[in-house]
Amino acid sequence: MKDMFKSFSFGIRLKKFLTNTGDVALFAGRFFNEAFKPPFEFNELIKQSYLIGYKSLPLVGITGFIMGLVFTLQSRPTLVEFGAESWMPSMVGISIVREIGPVITALICAGKIGSGIGAELGSMRVTEQIDAMEVSGTNPFKFLVVTRIIATTLTLPVLVILGDAIGLYGSYLVENIKGSVSFRLYFNVMFESLNYSDLMPATIKSFFFGFAIGLVGCYKGYYSGTGTVGVGQASNSAVVVTSMLLFFIDFIAVLVADIFYDL
Amino acid sequence: METGVDTDIAFSQINTDNSVIEVRNLYKNFGGNKVLNGFELTLYEGETLVVVGKSGAGKTVMIKCLVGLMAGDSGSVKVFGKEIQSLEQDDLDELRTDIGFLFQGSALYDSMTVRENLEFPMRRHFKKLGNDYNPNERVLEALESVGLVHAVDLMPSELSGGMKRRIALARTLMLKPKIILYDEPTSGLDPITAKEIILLMMNIQKKYNTSSLVITHDMDCARAISNRVIILIDGINYAEGTYKELSQSKDPKLQAFFKK
Repeated sequence: MKDMFKSFSFGIRLKKFLTNTGDVALFAGRFFNEAFKPPFEFNELIKQSYLIGYKSLPLVGITGFIMGLVFTLQSRPTLVEFGAESWMPSMVGISIVREIGPVITALICAGKIGSGIGAELGSMRVTEQIDAMEVSGTNPFKFLVVTRIIATTLTLPVLVILGDAIGLYGSYLVENIKGSVSFRLYFNVMFESLNYSDLMPATIKSFFFGFAIGLVGCYKGYYSGTGTVGVGQASNSAVVVTSMLLFFIDFIAVLVADIFYDL
Repeated sequence: METGVDTDIAFSQINTDNSVIEVRNLYKNFGGNKVLNGFELTLYEGETLVVVGKSGAGKTVMIKCLVGLMAGDSGSVKVFGKEIQSLEQDDLDELRTDIGFLFQGSALYDSMTVRENLEFPMRRHFKKLGNDYNPNERVLEALESVGLVHAVDLMPSELSGGMKRRIALARTLMLKPKIILYDEPTSGLDPITAKEIILLMMNIQKKYNTSSLVITHDMDCARAISNRVIILIDGINYAEGTYKELSQSKDPKLQAFFKK
């Protein structure tokens, strides 16, 4: 009986998961359908790019800087012990550019941007602002959703590149303080070990990260439940679902990139 | 309620040949909960029709069906002779320019100033507005109608509840609609502000020559502005008539609405 109850509960959860996944896929389909159809909301797109991209710069910058500092501080003693200190720029460069930079920046943005979009659209839904838009003859999906998803998709790669650059500079600062390596030497060694095949997959997957953050945040907010509880849940689940989706996209991206490396 | 405005427009003065909204046999269920159960309504040109019902009676659901924000399970909703549910999105958007909708909570866009809120409905309807319209003039004219020209550059968060309701009313006027739908226009307001809103509604009706459908449970509001009243009970139009007729009814269900 207990097992039956368990499987019943699992069945319901599975059904709910699959239904939600289907709904998000339909939402994404609607996005592609609306995104290429006029009229285009250019002014709103620029405003959202400013709010989402530019306003996230300080957080991404500080996180990137600390990421570079801590990563170098933690790994340096081990490399010194093995006499491999000269590998430090290459190791830090490849790690940050390929993996840590995009994933950490995307997770930070999922928290800041994803929850912000979820809460904003959720409260607009609850206070009937989305209905008011619709009644005034403006397509709220195009105005609110399409602009935000495009803004996150376009700005996240830029934030990742800036976060990476600031992280690498943080790493150099530690190396410079602890050792005596010059700025030019440190970055020369680093760039010699980096290839386009490191930079391109990371940049491409950043577009997907941005798309996922915008898509899930908008979906959760646009279809938020009623009341303040609904808004809270929309904001919270936007972050949780996006974070899991980011790791999944990262996993797929690494697998695909690996296939290309092998060719 | 003493509003100071001549509200005694008899229903007999309304031209019943021209209906602007016709609802027939409208049904709407939420799960097992039957909200509308064959509701019927006709709004005539120039008329102010008030639909009264208890909270949760389905008034908001009904009014949202009129503008296509919700779809009925079955039945017919015609606005200016056009069946709402069978309209394409573009046609529905065009039809909506002739309908103003005042939301219960005002529904002003939080992230925009009052001016931007008022300009918002104009951004996609150049065809209706014509080439020679001046957005700034329109905004100021609408704000003047509600007596809030000085609030043009304020944010909604800086406005009181009554001011928000007035700005929302001004926003409905931007496209000069032929019908205005009011969803609980006086709810949540103090009696004095509620009276001001009622006066504004009456002035707007006169100035813009609109037809109005008001849903409310505020009987003072119903008495002050209605040409005709529909009582919505159990998802149907339980009773229909002028305020005076209905208030004199002996039916206990109706008396419950009218006795103080």
